[in-house]
Amino acid sequence: MNGLWILRGLGITLKHFIETYIEDLREGKKRYFTAQGIEQRRNSKTRGIFTVQYPEEKLPVPEEFRYIPFLVYEEVDGRQKLRCTACGICAKVCPPQCIWIVRSTDSETGRPVPAPSEFYIDVDICMNCGFCAEYCPFDAIKMDHDYEIASYDRQKAHIFDLQKLAKPVTYYAKIRPGNYAKEQRMLVEKETAKTLS
Amino acid sequence: MTNHWIETLTNHLSERFGEAVQPDSRPGYHGFIVKTEKLLEVFQSLRDELGFDYLSSVTGVDYYPEPFMEVVYHLYKSTGGPALVLKAQVPRDTPIVPSVVSLYPGAEFQEREAWDLLGIRFEGHHDLRRILMWEGFAGHPLRKDWREPFFEEETKPFKSRWPQGHFSRAEDRNPYRNNLSYPTGFDPEKWVPEKDELLYGGLHFAGEDSDIKTEYVVVNLGPQHPSTHGVFRMVVLLDGEKVMDLKPVMGYLHRNHEKIGERNTFLQNMPFTDRLDYICSMSNNFGYALAVEKLMGIQPPERAEYIRVMMAELTRFLNHMFSIGFLLNDLGAFFTPSLYAIEERELILDIFEEVSGSRMMCNYFRFGGVVRDVPEYVLDKIEALVYDRLPRKLDEFERYLTHNEILRSRCEGVGVLTPEQAIALSAAGPVLRASGVPYDVRRADPYSIYERLEFDVAYGIHGDIYDRYLVRIEEMRQSLRILRQVLKDIPDGPVMVGKPQFQVRVPSGEAYGRVEGPKGELGFYVVSNGKPNPWRYHVRAPSFINLTSLKSMAYGSKVADLVAILGSIDIVLGEVDR
Repeated sequence: MNGLWILRGLGITLKHFIETYIEDLREGKKRYFTAQGIEQRRNSKTRGIFTVQYPEEKLPVPEEFRYIPFLVYEEVDGRQKLRCTACGICAKVCPPQCIWIVRSTDSETGRPVPAPSEFYIDVDICMNCGFCAEYCPFDAIKMDHDYEIASYDRQKAHIFDLQKLAKPVTYYAKIRPGNYAKEQRMLVEKETAKTLS
Repeated sequence: MTNHWIETLTNHLSERFGEAVQPDSRPGYHGFIVKTEKLLEVFQSLRDELGFDYLSSVTGVDYYPEPFMEVVYHLYKSTGGPALVLKAQVPRDTPIVPSVVSLYPGAEFQEREAWDLLGIRFEGHHDLRRILMWEGFAGHPLRKDWREPFFEEETKPFKSRWPQGHFSRAEDRNPYRNNLSYPTGFDPEKWVPEKDELLYGGLHFAGEDSDIKTEYVVVNLGPQHPSTHGVFRMVVLLDGEKVMDLKPVMGYLHRNHEKIGERNTFLQNMPFTDRLDYICSMSNNFGYALAVEKLMGIQPPERAEYIRVMMAELTRFLNHMFSIGFLLNDLGAFFTPSLYAIEERELILDIFEEVSGSRMMCNYFRFGGVVRDVPEYVLDKIEALVYDRLPRKLDEFERYLTHNEILRSRCEGVGVLTPEQAIALSAAGPVLRASGVPYDVRRADPYSIYERLEFDVAYGIHGDIYDRYLVRIEEMRQSLRILRQVLKDIPDGPVMVGKPQFQVRVPSGEAYGRVEGPKGELGFYVVSNGKPNPWRYHVRAPSFINLTSLKSMAYGSKVADLVAILGSIDIVLGEVDR
C-alpha cells in the first residue's frame, strides 16, 4: 500500500514521543535536575528524552576533560610555591603560541632562577589541545575543568596572568583524582629507586 | 611484490619515454620525475595502457630558495593497489605545466587550488581562476617567500614567548592597515566584483541554438543558505527549473591551513587537523599520524592500532548518522530525523571525551601511538553501544526511512553519477562507491590492521542519492562488524612506542598517508627536510574534491533537488575551505 512506510515512520516518531512520558512516570521527579537523573539519561540504556537543561542541569565532565590550562602550586610553610620552573617547554609546544613566560632572574647575580616571574596565557587564542599539560616534565601545568569563563570585556579579561592561573594542588587532586594518584605513585617509585641505588 | 611492481613500471616508462621519465632518486622520495613536455603523453599512456585511472591528488611544492617548484600527482588504479607518484619540475619564475583536466576531470579544482596558493599555471585549464582566495589577494600564499600580515617568524616556536615573554598582542604590534597589501592597481574602495563576469560567463549555455528560445536564469544559491551546511555558494544556470550548469564557489571559510601547518612543528599540526572536518577529528588525526609515521619509519604498538581503528570506526558511524540526518533536513523533513540521528552521536562523543578529553577536537593520536590508554570501563561502554544500542538504532532508522515513500521518490534516480564519471572526477568515499565502484582504501591499499579485519565494502548500483544513503547505512553496519572484532581481539600492552616527545625527529623525504575517512579518501602529503617543521603539508580533502562532481550530478535535475544532491555528497565546509 502506498504510504504504509510513511505511517510506520510516523509510528516511530510517536514512540519517541510516548517513551519520554513512560520514563517520566517510571522515574518520577528524580529524572530531572538531579545528578542521578542526568546520569540515567545519558546512559546507553536510556529511552526517551536526551536533552540536558543547561544551565540548570550540567553534564558532569570526565576526568580527562580539558579546558584552559592552570598552574599548580603547593603550600610550603603557608606560602604558595609554583611547581613551574619556567623551562619553557609548554611555550615551545603550544600550537597557537598563546603561552608567554618571563623567567625570573636573581636580582643580585643576574642568573636565571627556575621560576616564572610572569606567566600569561591568552585564552582567546588557546585551542585547548592539552599539549602543555601533556609534555610538562614537572606536572606544573594542568588542564582545568571550568568551562564557564565568558566575560563582557574583550581586552584584558582573557589574558590570564599568574594570579589567575595559579591554583592549589588540592584543587588539582580534586578535579583529576586518577591522574593525581598516578603521579604520586610515580613520585614514590622514583624516590624508592633513588634510595635503593 | 612492490619492488617487482615498480620495476615493471620503470621498464615500461623508460621504454616508452626514455629520458623524459626519470625515477626520483632523492633520498626519501619516491616515484618519477616527468619532463613537462611529455607530461600529457605519460598520463595518457598510464591511464589507457596501465590502468591508472584514478587521479587522487594534485598539489605543488615550492622548493625556494632552489629555483624550481614541483607539481606532485598521486595516481591509483581504481581496482586497488599502491600509489604511483609523478612529479613535474617547473622553474619558479615561469611555473607552467600542461593541465591534465582533459584526461582527469577530477583535477579541475585541485589545479585551481595549486594556481591559487602556489601560482603554478596550468596550460589548457578551461577555468583557471582563484578558488579559495578572492581577487583582491596579493600573491600566492604557499610560496615560501610569501608572508602573512601578522607574520612573526618563519617557524614556531616563536622566540618572543620564552624566556622573555612579555605579553603583547599581534594586532597592537602590527596594526592591520599597516601590513595589508593588494595586487598592483587594485583599490578595495572602488572594487566591484568584475571577475564575477568570468564566473557567470564561464557558465555553459548549452543548446542555445535550439528552435525554442527560452530564457536562462542565473541563480546564486548561497553563500548564506541553510542548505549549504556552512558558507558555500552555488552559481546555477537554470532553464526553467532545470539545472543546465553549475559552478561551486568556496573559500569563504579559508584560513590557509597548509601555511599554518608549515609554520607549525610536526606535532603542533595534530590539533589543527581536528579542525578540518570537525565531525570526524579522529579520522583526521589518523591520516596525519600515518603520513608522519611513514616518514619516521615507526609502527605503533598493537594495542594502539586497535584503539585507532576503534576510534576511526566510531567516527565513521557518527559521521554517517550525521550526514543522513542532515540529508533528511535538506529534503525538508525538518530536524526530527536529524535529531534522532544525533542522539547516538552524544553517546559516542561521551566516549571520545572520556578517552581524549574533548568531544569534538579530540587530538588523540600521536606519532607512534595514542595519547593514553582506553580504560576498561570505557571499553565496556563501547561494548554496550556496539552490541546493543547502535544496531538497534540502525534498525529503527531503517524502519523509519529506508522504505519511506517520500524519501524514495525524492532520492531515487536523482543526482546520478555513473561509475565512469565518478572515477574520472576523482570522487571518493560513499559517493564513489554508491556509483558502483567498490573502491575503499581500507581494502584497496590497506593500512593499520584493516587487512586482518573482516568486513565488506558497501557499494551501490545506481549512483543516485538513494544509493548513497544505502551505502552509508551499510557502511555503518560494517563499522559495527569491525568494532565487534576489534573489541573481541584487542590485546594488552603499551599504546605508544618510545617515550612521548614534543620534538620529534622526522628524516627528510616525502610521504603520503591516506585513510578511508567517512567522507572519502583523506590524504596528507608531507614533505620534510629534516628540520622540526614540515616543509610542505598538504591535505587531500575529500569534501573539497567530491564537489568537483557536483556539476555532473546536478546537470538536468530540478533546482529543488539541488539541495538534496549537495546534502548527499556530505561536505563539511571546514574541510572544503581549509
